[in-house]
Amino acid sequence: MANFRDIIGAFKDKPGGIIEAYHALQKEYNYIPKGAVAEAARVFGISEAQAYGVATFYSYLATEPRGKYIIRICESAPCHIAGADQVIKAFERHLGIKIGETTPDGKFTLEFAECVGQCQETPVVTINSVPYVGITPEDVPAVLDKCR
Amino acid sequence: MGKEMRIVLRNADKIDPNSIDDYIKAGGYRALEKARGMERKALIEEVKKANLRGRGGAGFNAGMKWSFVPPAEVTYVVCNLDEGEPGTYKDRTIVQKDPHTLLEGMAICAHAINSKKGFIYCRGEYPYVVEHLNRAIDQARKKGVLGDFDIEVRMGGGAYVCGEETALIESIEGHRGEPRFKPPFPGVAGLWNRPTVVNNVETFANLPEIINRGYEWFASIGAPSYPGTKVLTLSGDVVNRVAIEVPTNTTIREVIYDFGGGIRDGKKFKAVQIGGTSGGFIPESLLDTPIDFDSMRDIGATLGTGAVFVMDETRDIVDIVTRIAKFFEHESCGKCNPCREGTFRNFKIMTKINRGMAAAQDIENMTLLCKVMQKACLCGLGQAAPGPIVTTLQHFRHEYERKLLA
Repeated sequence: MANFRDIIGAFKDKPGGIIEAYHALQKEYNYIPKGAVAEAARVFGISEAQAYGVATFYSYLATEPRGKYIIRICESAPCHIAGADQVIKAFERHLGIKIGETTPDGKFTLEFAECVGQCQETPVVTINSVPYVGITPEDVPAVLDKCR
Repeated sequence: MGKEMRIVLRNADKIDPNSIDDYIKAGGYRALEKARGMERKALIEEVKKANLRGRGGAGFNAGMKWSFVPPAEVTYVVCNLDEGEPGTYKDRTIVQKDPHTLLEGMAICAHAINSKKGFIYCRGEYPYVVEHLNRAIDQARKKGVLGDFDIEVRMGGGAYVCGEETALIESIEGHRGEPRFKPPFPGVAGLWNRPTVVNNVETFANLPEIINRGYEWFASIGAPSYPGTKVLTLSGDVVNRVAIEVPTNTTIREVIYDFGGGIRDGKKFKAVQIGGTSGGFIPESLLDTPIDFDSMRDIGATLGTGAVFVMDETRDIVDIVTRIAKFFEHESCGKCNPCREGTFRNFKIMTKINRGMAAAQDIENMTLLCKVMQKACLCGLGQAAPGPIVTTLQHFRHEYERKLLA
């Protein structure tokens, strides 16, 4: 695994590049690891509070460990009327965790999402940002199988 | 039956979006060449006279926006690809099907305001669009079509408020995406305090054809006060859930029944929300309104992003508006008090009504709060957030009253 200092360092000459650096960190670790926020603050010349403020403002950035597969379920209005809450329940049942939690084996994290821009076929879930459209509760086991 | 008119999507499904040669063969980058042969002032005047108005939701004359940029050593062109309004997938569709039309449009703007650097701010939900764009930019660089204008893609982090242009600028600068106080407007002091033009994907994508065919051609299409076409994205209980591009004098009814194929499963129409989740709800009686910006505003609705979210007779309006109120409570950035507290309180009251625990006074309180938010919120998010509540109270009040405590 790449060192987080090297990952952040690659963006040091990019003005405003801290968010890009955080995205790169998440690509490697699925979250922004401890110590990386302080390192980013140092590299981009801002206070640690500011760097932490950025890391916690955006819903795609996380400062706590997450699973290998991050499943996000859209619950915006077009997905809501198409039965997103039933899909959420199905994922919770199959994984034995609640929304916002990670499975004990560190494999899956369940998260809410707002619109992911695939409203032509609802409800929509994304797994590590890959969209799966028109998902019914019955589809959930097959979708999870793709991650094993 | 109405016919689509494709300006922005003229190449969609006709060319290989991964091939710049295909785009050039279809006449691509000729408009840029023509624009570069024009005086900057004349180019801005051309766009102004075409009356191309912002396609992201605010509807501001693009040429006018450009004309505010003072002569400066460094200026920026920024493309808003933050597309966060639920029900909207038009910018993704445009870019996935024809990325070079966006790049060409940005380069035309760059010539007009003498800019050497552009940014595309793509929402964090679309990493695959970022890759797609980077491929296209790479091809354009290798071909040399962009000249000394360079474009860089930056990815957002899933914050709806970053669709607001000053919040978007803050985000590119690497900050929390909180809107700025205006003035100064970005045209004068935007990205890194330099003069900056921020336009939506669809606005830029209109430019090549406007330059190719002239402003008179464009200004004569659709509704005179908001000419051209609009890309609409259909979702919800409509048969055809697709992206379409139609002249702006098309009516809502034509959109839903001619292009959308009517309501699913033989059910009846109840309401349509246009422009995204902040848009107004529209009842059957207003379906003959044309979709252009001003006609929509006149009925208390919005054209917004062009999202068309259709609801059939079985849908529970109060439940849907409660869900929308939750969306705004989540997406409010917290910078200004009326929005931070207002979206929170609206969601509380809507939940109370939806659960059958509210009294008539709760509706009165919420109505007053909505008025305060529309006037006092710092940015468009908070000002528009009450829209769904206000318009459903206007057109579907009985659905609220049905849920009140006796």
